[in-house]
Amino acid sequence: MELTTIWFALIAVLWIGYFTLEGFDFGVGMLLPVLARDNTERRVMINTIGPVWDGNEVWVLVAGGATFAAFPEWYATLFSGFYLPLLLILVALIVRGLAFEYRAKRDDATWRARWDAAIIIGSFVPALLWGVAFANIVRGVPIDADLEYVGGFFTLLGPYALLGGAMTLLLFLTHGAMFIALKTDGDIRHRARALSVRLGAAAALVTVAFLLWTQLETGSVASAVAFAGAAVALLGGLAAAASGREGWGFVGTFVAIALGVGGLFLALFPDVMPTSLAGGTSLTTTNAAATGYTLKIMTVVAIVFTPIVLAYQSWTYWVFRKRIAVHHIPAATGVPSRTSDSTDEAPAASTPAPR
Amino acid sequence: MDPLDIARWQFGIITVYHFLFVPITIGLSAILAGYETAWVRTRNPRWLRLTKFLGKLFLINFALGLVTGIVQEFQFGMNWSDYSRFVGDVFGAPLAIEGLLAFFLESTFLGLWIFGWDRLSPRLHAATMWLVHLGTLFSAYFILAANSWMQNPVGYAFNPDTGRAEMNDFAAVLLNKVQLVTFPHVLLSAYMTAGAFVVAVCFWQLRRQVAGGEDHQMYRSAVRTGAALVLLTGIGVAITGDVQGKIMTEVQPMKMAAAEGLYETEAPASFSVFQLGPLDGSEEGFAVKVPNVLSFLATGTTDGEVRGIDDLRAEYQETYGQDPGAAYYTAGDYTPVIPITYWSFRLMIGLGLGAAAAAAMVLWATRRKARRAPGRIVMAAAMALPFLPLLANSFGWIFTEMGRQPWAVFGLMTTESAVSPNVSAGEMLTSLIVLTVLYGGLAVVEVRLLLTYIQRGADPIDPTDPDDPASDGTGAGDGDKPLAFAY
Repeated sequence: MELTTIWFALIAVLWIGYFTLEGFDFGVGMLLPVLARDNTERRVMINTIGPVWDGNEVWVLVAGGATFAAFPEWYATLFSGFYLPLLLILVALIVRGLAFEYRAKRDDATWRARWDAAIIIGSFVPALLWGVAFANIVRGVPIDADLEYVGGFFTLLGPYALLGGAMTLLLFLTHGAMFIALKTDGDIRHRARALSVRLGAAAALVTVAFLLWTQLETGSVASAVAFAGAAVALLGGLAAAASGREGWGFVGTFVAIALGVGGLFLALFPDVMPTSLAGGTSLTTTNAAATGYTLKIMTVVAIVFTPIVLAYQSWTYWVFRKRIAVHHIPAATGVPSRTSDSTDEAPAASTPAPR
Repeated sequence: MDPLDIARWQFGIITVYHFLFVPITIGLSAILAGYETAWVRTRNPRWLRLTKFLGKLFLINFALGLVTGIVQEFQFGMNWSDYSRFVGDVFGAPLAIEGLLAFFLESTFLGLWIFGWDRLSPRLHAATMWLVHLGTLFSAYFILAANSWMQNPVGYAFNPDTGRAEMNDFAAVLLNKVQLVTFPHVLLSAYMTAGAFVVAVCFWQLRRQVAGGEDHQMYRSAVRTGAALVLLTGIGVAITGDVQGKIMTEVQPMKMAAAEGLYETEAPASFSVFQLGPLDGSEEGFAVKVPNVLSFLATGTTDGEVRGIDDLRAEYQETYGQDPGAAYYTAGDYTPVIPITYWSFRLMIGLGLGAAAAAAMVLWATRRKARRAPGRIVMAAAMALPFLPLLANSFGWIFTEMGRQPWAVFGLMTTESAVSPNVSAGEMLTSLIVLTVLYGGLAVVEVRLLLTYIQRGADPIDPTDPDDPASDGTGAGDGDKPLAFAY
């Protein structure tokens, strides 16, 4: 196989890693106001992803860096072309990342409410915009003969792209609800499971519509197989969740997202960013690629270190495998605010948990 | 405003801002790992208390360094797409490897460290912080290798067919002679910055404690450790900086001439401590000069020749053509903005020396045989300490990046031709304003949070508490107990 094809596949793997992992982080963040009834339940939700969200986010950094190294032209055209959506995503990721760390640092309801808003909006914006961005990449955008993006911000908001955004949004919401059902115990676990089935039904409708549209426009046999697999996995996951098997439910959304994203890359291949202009030039795995020398170096590094990364990231999930329930949440450790309006409604935080 | 100016301002603002948090993360992760290891080996609760106290401050600082780092990686493609196309084959590889080797390591093991107090054995828990530190070292190495390539491009060939620089020797890129001295220089200055941070934080607590008490001894120990670290690494920063100056003179003689505002070639050349006047070569302002020092900084001999701006400009015009972007450079072609290089060079050195002096003063005042408690002057020195290396770091980067202008990649690509051609001034201005306002607001939140936690001090440790790792030691973490740590 050509090195450029291998790197196209590796970049697909990095995005699959990103969407399957940070996808549930985004879902958990967006569901904060929906699933949690009080501050302690919000803390239960946040702490299910607390030890892992940062490692999950690194997948997008590595995807970006790998694109820069392996397909410099793709990186340059994509990042300068999708300028404003990427700026929005950056702002969202900044406030969201800080929110996880800072939210519990003050025992103050106003302080918490502000960081909660940062988590919710900071999860919603990328969950929607990554779908919009990928839909545009797959379908093609105006790229001229100099490989420069010549559209504007609203060029990126066509019906197909918006449907793609709705798909990632609903899939991540479902994925997040599945994750909460898998990782918590008590009342919230059952609420999350019930919600995952309802959200999943909506996600399935939009996903099937979007993948069908993609298949009809740019699909190949391989992408059709992946898309069919994604649909089966999603429906299977929903059926499992409906019958109370949370682990299989999560596996279902995980595999559905992986195959869906993988199918989009298969539909894209051998282009990496097709043009929609008559006189334009499409970016392909060939004309966007770095030299064989650079790709060889990068391949060696990837072969050696990717298994190590996968091993220790998996180990982290093993270390934090236990379900979290309301009674596991310790009393608030943050510094009380001077205005002392820290009326914590949570029972576990005001009285010491039973030991 | 021109998109180029906006893109340059954005790069300067967000990179200097990002690098306020980076050195503290690099240095403090080592200090934390050291204290936690000391606790694991001695079981003296003092080291655990310091680990937990400084650990909280570390996390507040780390969070902002982390989220601003994402912008760093994206903005090459967003604002500098022609640069990305031109250098991606060489520059992208260290960036991608940094992500794979460093970012995963840092983020995963920091998650384990934060939440793992009751899940991991104490030894393993301490090891996670060492791995975080290893991640910061990898990160620094690869990103500095990328920057060193911009200062002194090696291991590549220009391909006229593709119009880009293509890598042909990765080892040469990683072992660039500029890199080999820049990495220790930056690393040591990071330890210096973190040491200064520990001094200020613990000195603030020290003066509130009753002399002779355990808390007093604990903070005193940390203050002295931090100050000794500042002093020792300060010497290393000076030595590596000196070597760096000589290599810089070799590969970018214009930067050394610009550091002095030296227009005419001199042998021997003197160093001006300061100089009044426009620094544009039209007239010589009042200056306090030390003879032979510039010769020594640049060449290692007291009477070596240091080439002036005028000579170098003529040479560059012959080599590279007449006009690489004259509009942006006040002193003319191929010349950086001299007042900026002149003053940032002096501020970098002066603030670094000031930090070492303040650390020496703190060490002297807190010695065991000191007759009286440290006075107000020592207090002021200790409080000022973190700001000195932080500012020195910033001026160092401003010097090395501004001193390379008009080049983005020295001798290969000008900054003017590196900017994204298809991004409008309006889009760039939006980005500049949004990020600057956001960063400003977050700085206020971060500093207030840091001050709150510095004031609170180290928590006491209850040796009878079964949940406390100081008394438990097995770290089994099963059963149905509350989490040892939760957001």
